[in-house]
Amino acid sequence: MNANGKKADPTALVRVEGVEKVFHRGSEDIHVLSRLDLTVATGEFVALMGPSGSGKSTLLNLIGGLDRPTTGSVSIGDDRIDALSDRQLAVWRARHVGFVFQLYNLLPVLTAERNVELPLLLTHLTKAERRRHVETALAMVGLTHRAKHYPRTLSGGEQQRVGIARGIVTDPTLLLCDEPTGDLDRKSGDEILNLLQALNREQGKTIIMVTHDPHASARASRTVHLYKGQLASEPTP
Amino acid sequence: MKFAHLIWGNLTRRKLRTSLTLLSIVVAFVLFGLLCAVRQALEGGVKMAGVDRLIVRHRVSLIQLLPESYKARIERIPGIELAMHQTWFGGVYQDPKNFFPQAPVVPEEFLTMKPELVLSAEHRQAWLTTRTGAIVGRSTADRFNWKIGDKVPIQSPLWGRRTWDFDLVGIYDGREAGTDTRGMFFRYDYFDESRQEGQGKGLIGWYTIRVKDPARAAEIARRVDEEFENSAAETKTEPEGAFVQGFARQIGNIGFIVGGILVAVFFTLLLVTGSTMAQAVRERLGELGVLKAIGFTNGQVLTLVLAESCLLAVLGGGLGLSIACLVTSRGDPTGGLLPLFYLRNQDLALGGSLSLALGLLTGIFPAWQAMRLRVAEALRRL
Repeated sequence: MNANGKKADPTALVRVEGVEKVFHRGSEDIHVLSRLDLTVATGEFVALMGPSGSGKSTLLNLIGGLDRPTTGSVSIGDDRIDALSDRQLAVWRARHVGFVFQLYNLLPVLTAERNVELPLLLTHLTKAERRRHVETALAMVGLTHRAKHYPRTLSGGEQQRVGIARGIVTDPTLLLCDEPTGDLDRKSGDEILNLLQALNREQGKTIIMVTHDPHASARASRTVHLYKGQLASEPTP
Repeated sequence: MKFAHLIWGNLTRRKLRTSLTLLSIVVAFVLFGLLCAVRQALEGGVKMAGVDRLIVRHRVSLIQLLPESYKARIERIPGIELAMHQTWFGGVYQDPKNFFPQAPVVPEEFLTMKPELVLSAEHRQAWLTTRTGAIVGRSTADRFNWKIGDKVPIQSPLWGRRTWDFDLVGIYDGREAGTDTRGMFFRYDYFDESRQEGQGKGLIGWYTIRVKDPARAAEIARRVDEEFENSAAETKTEPEGAFVQGFARQIGNIGFIVGGILVAVFFTLLLVTGSTMAQAVRERLGELGVLKAIGFTNGQVLTLVLAESCLLAVLGGGLGLSIACLVTSRGDPTGGLLPLFYLRNQDLALGGSLSLALGLLTGIFPAWQAMRLRVAEALRRL
């Protein structure tokens, strides 16, 4: 049974139960998420939609262990991540989550392959093993020929593909994408969505994607709408 | 090491800013190296002084003379092995800027008292048999390009305002690096006989005495001073090191002056480098947030920033100290006034430690700030 007295779904990878998130601005409390429940099954591709300020990115941050709920619980697989310490959370993120950001967030001082290698620096892999993983990830996003290029010499679409390669290079349990096509033109955006869809269908990656774009959400297997910090609907997958 | 490219990449992100900061660190450490060499040159004699040697001078000041007859009384005091005397000659060679120390001495006593000076048997014999003979240290001989057999005219304003002619019969070296080889020594008998009446005939500058047991030096110094208490020329006896230090301190407290300059330089450097590091970290809080998002722990982020500031400081410090080494390896830049002008290994090690401390101090606050950064908040800054 979960916090709301509902029976927990045994196939769920992500379980968000009774979550509230309150930010404090001076003496004012801002309730961003209110008593929110969400489950995502392994292998699902879920789109989170909603107007600005509805709490989409905050929810994504909670699921990715970047922030903690004010109340409620967030579990990924067998891990109750809201109860982990900062250090445990960092280690957990390195092992289980890949992030893809709207503005790519590549380090400008590193080449594409070095950016992709970053999460692997936190593992015990040898240099040769890291190189092999990086080559595989770059091949999956079709950017092997741009490995030695710095982000400033890549197009927006290429940078986002490097961002995705960085997100999947450790073979994470969960890929979290925060408006991955938000800064791209339609063509590049479509390429990114094709890639995410392929990762979901062919590699079985569980993906949660925040988006404003109905065209993007149409690629997901399920769309969840948020409105004023609460789920507007959660159709069964 | 696997993070090296990340640290180097961040350091070279703003090349102009990093170069200017590096340059300021390099200049500071060159200055550090040169000042250490100057201090060594001025105070090095203190460390080279014999632990078993005491100096007996006039109680009022060094320029007051003592009777030569004190020597026999000093040698009678138990515990004293040997006594010799010297007198400040204060001469110049050709031009007032060509100053170097000279003193009349009794050759046999002088050479026995100063085993750190190496003089060949041939030169020693020539000195003992030549009344106007003088020996000079290697650095001064090289400075004026003097050779054995040269006639050396020295003008002394202290002793009759006339030119004294000496025959150069010997050139001595130091037994170890750092030995002062500037001095010129000539025979006391020639000096005393050539002095006019009223120029202190029978008086000398100071005595150097060697004690049999250095552990009893303080007690013997007291005995010497007691021996001449209530006489016309009371004495002050002190270790040779203290005496040399007194000489160096005529131009001020060298250690304090050098220390003061270095504190001012490093404080400024701390602010400059600290400000650069703080700005560098502030500019990329978002990127640090990304690193944390992909799994870098707080400790790893702290270490990355600290490693960056330490690398910058150690690189600058290393370059600066290397330049200082290069400059000081060419020897005394004054042509003889600073014969012990060199950078000691201890000062190099201190410089290295200082550069590391600079890196840690300038990096710790931005690193702490980066460590405390909340991921979600940092990502919002992007």
